[in-house]
Amino acid sequence: MRIIVCVKQVIDTAARIELKDQKLDGTALARVLNPYDEFAIEEALRIRESKHDTEIVLVSLGAECFRDSLRAGLAMGADRAVHLMDPLFNNIDSLTTAYLLSQAAKLLGFDIIFCGRQAVDDDMAQIGPALAVYLEIPCITVVTQLDFLEDWDVAVAVRQIEGGTETIESSLPALFTCQKGLNQPRLPSLKGIMAAKKKEIETFDADKLGFSLKEKPSSNETLIHTGLSLPDRRGEGKIIGGSPNEVATQLVKILREQEKVV
Amino acid sequence: MIVSKKILVFVESGENAIKPFAFEAIHAARILADALGGSVDALCLGIEKSLADSLVHWGADSVKIFVNPLFETITLEKALLSIEPLVNEQKPYAVFFSATTYGKELSASLSAKLNVGLLTDCVSIDLGKQGEVLVRRPVYAGKAISHVTLQGSGPHILSLRQNVFRGPSPDISRIGKVKLIDFKIPDDRLVLKIREVVRESGGQMDVTEARVVVSGGLGMQKPENFILLEDLAQVLRGAVGASRPVVDNGWRNYSNQIGQTGRTVQPDLYIACGISGSVQHLAGMSAAKCIIAINKDPNAPIFSVADYGIIGDALEILPLLTEEFRKVLGSSG
Repeated sequence: MRIIVCVKQVIDTAARIELKDQKLDGTALARVLNPYDEFAIEEALRIRESKHDTEIVLVSLGAECFRDSLRAGLAMGADRAVHLMDPLFNNIDSLTTAYLLSQAAKLLGFDIIFCGRQAVDDDMAQIGPALAVYLEIPCITVVTQLDFLEDWDVAVAVRQIEGGTETIESSLPALFTCQKGLNQPRLPSLKGIMAAKKKEIETFDADKLGFSLKEKPSSNETLIHTGLSLPDRRGEGKIIGGSPNEVATQLVKILREQEKVV
Repeated sequence: MIVSKKILVFVESGENAIKPFAFEAIHAARILADALGGSVDALCLGIEKSLADSLVHWGADSVKIFVNPLFETITLEKALLSIEPLVNEQKPYAVFFSATTYGKELSASLSAKLNVGLLTDCVSIDLGKQGEVLVRRPVYAGKAISHVTLQGSGPHILSLRQNVFRGPSPDISRIGKVKLIDFKIPDDRLVLKIREVVRESGGQMDVTEARVVVSGGLGMQKPENFILLEDLAQVLRGAVGASRPVVDNGWRNYSNQIGQTGRTVQPDLYIACGISGSVQHLAGMSAAKCIIAINKDPNAPIFSVADYGIIGDALEILPLLTEEFRKVLGSSG
């Protein structure tokens, strides 16, 4: 069995976002493997532990620095890493990214594809489902538990929906997007880190993926990104003082009469 | 120039009811349609005809109900096979979804099918000075807002954050067309099967849907103390959230985690109890209309986003607060 795990490098969630000319000034910010992608890698590793003839291939499309995330995934225990990189991939939209990932997946071959449920930078949650569409395979998103029937040909996934969970069955090949709760991602071992350093990261360029810019319409022409702003600053808060009883009475009065939120 | 001025809304339903946030999407579509001089169409899968009137009351001009026994359960595949041909035929200017688990995966899949752009989790849709449509959506879990202008005749695909586009009240005098349509699904193409749907115990609302979220951090000291938050949430008809350390300790389910690697919420009222307020947590809740923070530590960062702060022990104040709310809300029904 071959499992492809799509990963992305993102700005550390602990970072404070600062803007310059309505753009993110991210040069000095620490970058990490997208937290949801860690669940995806971990799930692949767990499958390999019970089904030993499994190969785990990480795939990432992005700048040179994205190799760090591939390296991090290799250190966790993935077998191979493929970096999709070409000057033609600069400024492509998410659909084109999903399309290129699908081209790479077709070249590699796969039984299962894992993605994080979303990247914690653009929060679009688009790549997973879009990739499944381009590959014409079923897709189950926001998965918190995953099991397989004996022959490894049918997956049973539990996923989070608003106010509950849903259990969905699918034949393979299929794509799953991974949510917190699915597993507890392992920390790379020292041995894993050393081994990851020695592994070669393969590069697929536009030629290899059969891609030219003319080929696909881009949403860059229909969605014009005009910039970022910071959320409205909240006004200075008020501290409510007094005995616990007084505080409770006063707060309820404010919320009822001034704020009118209850 | 905007040619088609039709806005199609995919209406989420389940257990033979329309999900409350679907009315928000209809309401948002109505406002945009009025600004553009257009119309609002709603697509429902497998609901009873009598339910459709409420969509008209909230602003739909016409409602299509696709009928097929297979719609007893709705999977991504069935929904996609239903909406894709309709969008191709109607060529609407925009298609609106709710930004739920279903809505997000369906809107993303549709965007790939049609090769058109997607905007997830939109929080505002306005008309600009030249009549262009301006959309804002949070990125980095709300640490920044992305501004996007829609260009061309569409279709543009948008999913709308819950709780943001609530309308004042439905207009029960509104009249619209409701049409039942037998819809054929090529069932040999269906792979996904829903085995089971489990509602969270106690019928509690999801944190993203609730108008009031009462949230606890490590300051709650132990998992048993979350009963104090549940009591308050019950009185306020809200939901209980939690900070990441609480979830990582196994005190609460991850589906309740508020923050950048959890859920992002935008309720009317957010009460943070014993939560210090990490950057990630603040990202997930600071768009709430009104924020209350209760914390022993006056220097806790949570106070920087709070409208009202109480410096004290949440364990002591919560029962009093619940009691006080019970008194005043009990008397007003």
